[in-house]
Amino acid sequence: MIKTILIISLILFGISIFITFYRIIAGPTFPDRVLAMDVIGVNLISTIAIVSVLFQTRAFFDVILVLGILSFLSTISFSKFIERGVIIERKRDI
Amino acid sequence: MLKINEVILQTVTKVVVFIILTLAIYLFFSGHNAPGGGFIGGLVLASSFVLMLLAYDMETIRKGLPLDFKLVGASGALIVVLTGLGAIVFGEPFLKQAIFSFSLPLYGRVEFSTVTLFEAGVALAVVGVVVTIILSIAEDV
Repeated sequence: MIKTILIISLILFGISIFITFYRIIAGPTFPDRVLAMDVIGVNLISTIAIVSVLFQTRAFFDVILVLGILSFLSTISFSKFIERGVIIERKRDI
Repeated sequence: MLKINEVILQTVTKVVVFIILTLAIYLFFSGHNAPGGGFIGGLVLASSFVLMLLAYDMETIRKGLPLDFKLVGASGALIVVLTGLGAIVFGEPFLKQAIFSFSLPLYGRVEFSTVTLFEAGVALAVVGVVVTIILSIAEDV
């Protein structure tokens, strides 16, 4: 019973990632694409959590943490590129 | 020009950097029987430096963290080679590792192997190389 629910939720996450992938390809502006990539990161984290429940293992928890850090970093750097045009600046003008 | 306010990013960075450093040390020490090790720990450590560089600027990080990352990478490679050569001194083949175990009070049995020193060298080399690459890409622009 619980296995069927988990597999159905995995399929739904796959469909959600596919729909978001359409937004990356056809997104009218650049911030839409960045937001879609962040949504794909969140969906991947949820997928890995469900897979680790399904396999009854604890080996994938590190993957969740590392993927969360990388998703956070990539979203911040894309936002800074949109806002400033430069990612790592030499000296802040305060 | 409109002044950009980045108080939120800098405040979040001050907390999140310590979480990332904790995860890096955990990944480094879990490398024996679980996923992890020197390479992954070094990459996560480098990502914390990248987060600090994103939130602040290069001058502030250089002033607060006066490390030459080329020297860090080179010393990591030197540690790797020295732990490999240490086996030759004892008449064993190159890169042969040894393991000791002793018991501490209140903690129990502790295993120490020379693989940990090797992995520390790998982590230092990875941090040095990754941060050097990112800094030299960013300086060109």
